[in-house]
Amino acid sequence: MIALNRPGHRVIMTGNEALARGALEAGVDFCSSYPGSPCVEVAESLFKLAGENQLYGEWSTNEMVALEAAAAASFAGLRALCVMKQNGLAVTADLLLSLNHPGTRGGLVIVVGDDPGAHSSINEVDSRHFARHAEVPLLEPSTVEEARAMCCWAFELSEQIETYVILRVVTRICHARGNFTLGELPLKEERKVKIEPWDRFFCFAPMHGMIHGRQEQARLIFEESLFNCYSGPEKAETVVVASGPALLYAREALELLALDQKTGLLKVGTTWPLPREKVLTHLREAENIIFFEETDPFLEQNVTSLMAQYGGKAYRFFGQASGHISGEAGPGLGELNTGLAARGLAKVFNLPDPLKLPETDHLQGILKMEMPEREMTLCPGCPHRSSFWAIKCALELDGRQAFVLGDIGCYTLGIFKTGFMLLRSVMCMGSGIGLANGFGQLHRFGMNQPVLAVMGDSTFFHACLPALLNGLYNEADFIAVVLDNSITAMTGFQPHPGAGLNAAGVAVEPLKIENITTGMGLKTLIADPHDLDETIPALYGLLREKGLRVLILRRECALQAARKERKLYRVIAEKCAGEACGCNNFCGRVFGCPAITMTEDSKALISDALCTGCGACAVLCPRGAILAVDETFEQGSEKEGLS
Amino acid sequence: MIIAGVGGQGNILASGLAALAATAAGYRVVVGETYGASQRGGSVMSHLRLSLHKEYGPLVPYGQAGLILAFEPLEALRVASKYACAETVVIVNTVPVYPVSVTLKEADYPETADILKAIKSLVKELYILDATSLARSAGDPRAQNIVMINALAGYPHQPVDRLYFEEALEDFLAGAGSGQREINRRAFECEVELKKY
Repeated sequence: MIALNRPGHRVIMTGNEALARGALEAGVDFCSSYPGSPCVEVAESLFKLAGENQLYGEWSTNEMVALEAAAAASFAGLRALCVMKQNGLAVTADLLLSLNHPGTRGGLVIVVGDDPGAHSSINEVDSRHFARHAEVPLLEPSTVEEARAMCCWAFELSEQIETYVILRVVTRICHARGNFTLGELPLKEERKVKIEPWDRFFCFAPMHGMIHGRQEQARLIFEESLFNCYSGPEKAETVVVASGPALLYAREALELLALDQKTGLLKVGTTWPLPREKVLTHLREAENIIFFEETDPFLEQNVTSLMAQYGGKAYRFFGQASGHISGEAGPGLGELNTGLAARGLAKVFNLPDPLKLPETDHLQGILKMEMPEREMTLCPGCPHRSSFWAIKCALELDGRQAFVLGDIGCYTLGIFKTGFMLLRSVMCMGSGIGLANGFGQLHRFGMNQPVLAVMGDSTFFHACLPALLNGLYNEADFIAVVLDNSITAMTGFQPHPGAGLNAAGVAVEPLKIENITTGMGLKTLIADPHDLDETIPALYGLLREKGLRVLILRRECALQAARKERKLYRVIAEKCAGEACGCNNFCGRVFGCPAITMTEDSKALISDALCTGCGACAVLCPRGAILAVDETFEQGSEKEGLS
Repeated sequence: MIIAGVGGQGNILASGLAALAATAAGYRVVVGETYGASQRGGSVMSHLRLSLHKEYGPLVPYGQAGLILAFEPLEALRVASKYACAETVVIVNTVPVYPVSVTLKEADYPETADILKAIKSLVKELYILDATSLARSAGDPRAQNIVMINALAGYPHQPVDRLYFEEALEDFLAGAGSGQREINRRAFECEVELKKY
């Protein structure tokens, strides 16, 4: 779909696909990324189109390497796109603040996906601050259509001012779908790029002035940009200033409250550097200025300081600082929506609260209880559930209050009941093994608890190698447990160096984690987590030893495995003793497989819609009441979740 | 319209299908997906907004859903309790998917009849069906999302002709294996009776 060469054709796409389409229409040559929600599919959909001398794509091992690789393509004169989530941009911070010195040649665009409300993230981050920090241009689309247009234009802008451009999108762009009309796809000629003898790419402090100069150049371009526009009466007493999807919420809320005729609406799509003259033109005569944006008061603070300096009179500002514009949990917390925008406007205009939620006080009476929440859970058959169970058992056998440090991936759910609440820390990528380096030295301060750090395979390659080296070098005392499901599962099954595939889907030699760790001279054990009888004693044995040791718990992601062949398991009702067994419904209640519920006579029942056929319950059942059904389903579909 | 379900039920695919059908029918379509918890057993919700002229934001305002298509009764209620109004119509698959707190026996799941009663108290009309059994008959219980799209396409008061849904499904099935294709086609074509609750 994204490569459809039918200019003028009207399509519907996700924001992520629209961004990829925009890059294609700009003739992007090089795309690198590390997968992270909400923007995984931008790079993923481009990688499917990779071709010699046309487009190169790679899943890099982390965002820093991805941006360095993209910068190299830009230095060689090619157009490069680098895609990452909010946390990934923070990983590249050192490079952001140095790459802005030499600047770039071929257009270099960084698409960063922010996640207000943290739908698929551990935190809320407003990445826009990095643009101001690095003094580079920042674009912010409000719609799917604009995401395409901005991504296409960003390459041209980057080439014009010779530095990289940050295009910031939020979940409500990435995971939205919208209509737009396809533009033209450029025909690419055969290129022969070269680094000339005089080419140099340095970060050098005296270049600081050039950075200011490029920023001013960007501002002048932004003054004319159609991505900034004003609607509403001329010389409005009240003007709303908005960016991103918050613009749409504000516009709809103005209509709902019948304020749209008398209120101005200034859309800012080029958020940094601010198009000073454009903003002043529309705000100078106003009395009241209201801000809508997600998440931080970025626009609010920049415009407020602009008006203080150049406005020439006193204004009343309404936004996060004044407390008028607020997410559900407070100003600058979570997402906005039309209802919240209307509530904010009503506060400013002294109107009654327009937010109308259905009357629900009577529901509890009908249900005879509260609605149970839906806590996230590891999938049926997930090897991490077995790994956590094995770790929990080994730790209890050991009895010294050993503790487990967590990391980023599906197994982050180990903080919840589904992972027996085993994880004691989760921060950024690689932080589990990093912390273990510190905890692993505290025996000299009297700590006698064993330390474990769990990390996924993709996380291992992304951020754990320096910490592993550090532990080896400084003789830290901990166990590094690699939960190896052979794919980047959390973000939708992207390959990594250990997966045996590259971004284009071509088979490559898989890098075995044990080759790295044994090459470093570290004691390394490998076990299958579903084989609990093997895994628990292996870990228990490691717990009795000292130094840095490695346990690799390897089993393919259950969803991946079930896609190839799905075995079903069922409960033999005559064998399952229910309440009388004494196992306390071990399979469903204690082990917690979500595919297992109970019948009315308290016997286990396996859902044929949910079971992935891992067989762990069959191993765990004390009465051998769970057996495989001799049946497989034909799969072989490329489309996920079709049924 | 809001499509509500649990991670892994094929919510996103269903909303993508409906959005494609509505686009082909000439509507300006905006969809907002909330699926951080997709495939992890969390609540999943897709907002679809159709207009002939207007550019909507990706989220339906509270208390303004016209139609709620729910793959699971508790999720139908959860969404209705925020987005329903006196004009809302709900179509729900009555087969529960239990939250992990329920399978761990730390919470109870309300009686399905009580959930339906609660939904009914919030909305204008409620239609029920057992989409999971219909999907099982079509060849795979996991195709319940397509049975629900089938029900939506057949619901007379939604604005998109069934033909567009059919075309959209064929589009989606283009890359699928023949077995998958047959199961999904059967799920879309099977006879669905919407029982008024």
